[in-house]
Amino acid sequence: MLINRKLAALVGVAAIVLTACSSTAPGTTPSAAAGGGGATATGCKVGVSWNNYTEERWAKRDEPAIKAALEAAGAVYLSNDAKSSAATQATNIDQLISQGAKVLIVLAQDGTAIKPAVATAAAAGIPVIAYDRLIEDPKVLYLTFDNKLVGNMQAAAIFKVVPKGNYVIIKGNKADANADFLRSGMEEVIGAAVKSGDIKIVGESYTDDWKPANAQKNMEQFLTLANNKVDAVLSQNDGMAGGVIAALKAQGLAGKVPVSGQDGDLAALNNVALGNQTVDVWKDARELGKAAGLAAVELCKGTTVDKVTGAAPFTSPGGAALSSIFLKPIPITKDNLKVVLDAAWITKEQLCQGVDAAKAPADCK
Amino acid sequence: MAEASSVPKDNPRGPTRSLRSLLLSTEVDTRLLGLIAALGVIWIGFNIMSDGLFLTPRNLWNLSVQSASVAIMATGMVLIIVSRNIDLSVGSVLTFTAMTMAMLQTEWLPNLLGIAVNEPYTWIIALAMGLLLGAAIGGLQGFIIAYMGVPSFIVTLGGLLIWAGLAFQEASGRTISPLDSTFQLLGGGPIGSIGELASWAVGILACVGIVYTLIASRRRRRRYGFPVRPMGAEVTVLVLGCAAVLGAVWVANSYPWPEALALQYGKGPNTPVGIANPVLIAIVVAMVMTIIATRRRFGRYVFAIGGNPEAAELGGINTRRTIMLTFVIMSTLAAASGAVLSARLNAGVVGLGTQSELYVIAAAVIGGTSFAGGIGTIPGAVLGAVVMQSLQSGMVLMRVDSPIQDIVVGIVLVAAVGADAAIRRRSR
Repeated sequence: MLINRKLAALVGVAAIVLTACSSTAPGTTPSAAAGGGGATATGCKVGVSWNNYTEERWAKRDEPAIKAALEAAGAVYLSNDAKSSAATQATNIDQLISQGAKVLIVLAQDGTAIKPAVATAAAAGIPVIAYDRLIEDPKVLYLTFDNKLVGNMQAAAIFKVVPKGNYVIIKGNKADANADFLRSGMEEVIGAAVKSGDIKIVGESYTDDWKPANAQKNMEQFLTLANNKVDAVLSQNDGMAGGVIAALKAQGLAGKVPVSGQDGDLAALNNVALGNQTVDVWKDARELGKAAGLAAVELCKGTTVDKVTGAAPFTSPGGAALSSIFLKPIPITKDNLKVVLDAAWITKEQLCQGVDAAKAPADCK
Repeated sequence: MAEASSVPKDNPRGPTRSLRSLLLSTEVDTRLLGLIAALGVIWIGFNIMSDGLFLTPRNLWNLSVQSASVAIMATGMVLIIVSRNIDLSVGSVLTFTAMTMAMLQTEWLPNLLGIAVNEPYTWIIALAMGLLLGAAIGGLQGFIIAYMGVPSFIVTLGGLLIWAGLAFQEASGRTISPLDSTFQLLGGGPIGSIGELASWAVGILACVGIVYTLIASRRRRRRYGFPVRPMGAEVTVLVLGCAAVLGAVWVANSYPWPEALALQYGKGPNTPVGIANPVLIAIVVAMVMTIIATRRRFGRYVFAIGGNPEAAELGGINTRRTIMLTFVIMSTLAAASGAVLSARLNAGVVGLGTQSELYVIAAAVIGGTSFAGGIGTIPGAVLGAVVMQSLQSGMVLMRVDSPIQDIVVGIVLVAAVGADAAIRRRSR
């Protein structure tokens, strides 16, 4: 096995040297030799194309989980970083193929611009996992958390506390399709109540760049507009929830008006423990990484994309029929803070910082 | 007018120089007046369209706090643009220094020096180090621009990327919150405001300042044989200036503590909030910067360089040192703004200053600063910041969503500069 790995490494180095010498002809690769063959994933090279590795999440949470899952099965991890450029990412994918990747995991910078590169890979018989972001190609396996469900969970947690009253909705960046996915998930929960008049939306706005400071300004204006008669705030992520809470605090309303969020930001989870934020929908990036690693290992063994464990047919917004695995996020409230503690996502000290012992949730006692 | 002709004959340079300065000063005044008129139109328009919500003490008070951080930076941007440079890095410098201050007070000072968060000196140490870091960044960028001759556009474009990247690195992208409780007061809110009495004191002090400035300038003009403004004009300026200042204080004092918050802090009903700390900081910064720009040799040099760099250099001005200093001031102000913004949000976050360079440049330009160099005023830039924030806040009150807001702000930016150019062409 060791020899096999060394050989694989040698071939890999040769491939790199080859690509360095001749940037053309990325299709001719010695990948077959490196695979090890048969139904084992040993030595199978899995190439990961990050769109922007400097974002903390990918380096700290996703990558180690992917690596661990691959290494457990004896597969080899390759990666490169497109530094937020769709053009670089296309080249990067070619490069990974030249380095002998048998399976690709792609975190797309631009789900449309990447399509030709993905098609090239598919033509070479290399399965592609669209990691966290959709690539509209029927041959990919789309792996992500269910974003619509996130919005649904946010609204459900708030709706449970405030079934009637004035709502403010703080949406993310207008250019980000996720903001609208989340909004449609919210609509599933509150839509009927809005129609019946039980819920009145007194303010709704997009937030440039998901910026907390912008969310704070917008919230201040909505509070002025509604003369502080706001009963609940649906914020689409934790950063903006922080801005909303700062605006509420200036009116003495923090902790009195329920606020939603997502991402599991440490500061936001602390706000949940403090009672300033009602729900934080948490997507454990390590689960996503692990799922990608496991799927890649199955694909290494020759399983087809639609036969991977947990894969289900999915029709994309663009109409492409592809296979997908949707992971379920977890809504964190003051009642189940244990989940994030058990996952070692946050320390008890960070979670419970400044929490008043008398009003502390069970997990902070 | 009679006094204008009483220039002593033994000063041959007097008449021409005084004529020019008179022209210059009136030009600045009309431009400022135009801006104030435009602001009035915007405010009244929004007030009508928002059913009287815009011109309430609460909204105006919010508006003042929301404008403060861009206003603080815009005063520095005036000097940068006047000297024919640009600083694209201010947003990233803001983020980086704010993040550093957040890390200092919550992690580094407590862990390395044993100065815990919420201790009496924690906030001031963090703030001082943040400002110093800002100055150092400005010094570095300024040095590369002034002494190594790399265009400011390039250096600060690099800075935009570098400081944002470092801000991300130092906390690995985390949100640092909550901050020191004293530091938070820098951000305003009713708790971070100076209250009724102090606000009136500030207002009266400002009035005394206006009187002193007018008398001093009159004396100075007399001494050098420049024409002085007729007494009637002086009194008008005095009365209008004082009325504006005291009116602003009155508005700030008309905004009472929100009921729920007053209860929490044991304040009586209808306790006036007064001027918010960030606004006070912005006012002090604007005053100091105005003095630097118009009354100090350094400021004169900056305008001279902007008017004609070659002539300034041949005239013996140390242009390199002057330019470097403008960048030091700019980045220090970005750090001050970072302190205000993070204190207000009660968090150090990675995207804190993203794109604020655009708003800062726009504020300076709407305020009459010319990219051709040599022209610009500090009060104009502050007003520019207020104009832009008024547009944004007002549109949210009218429930106009952010895509339309962007379109309107963009149009106003171009229209303001276009109108300004047209007026100047006609006046020639």
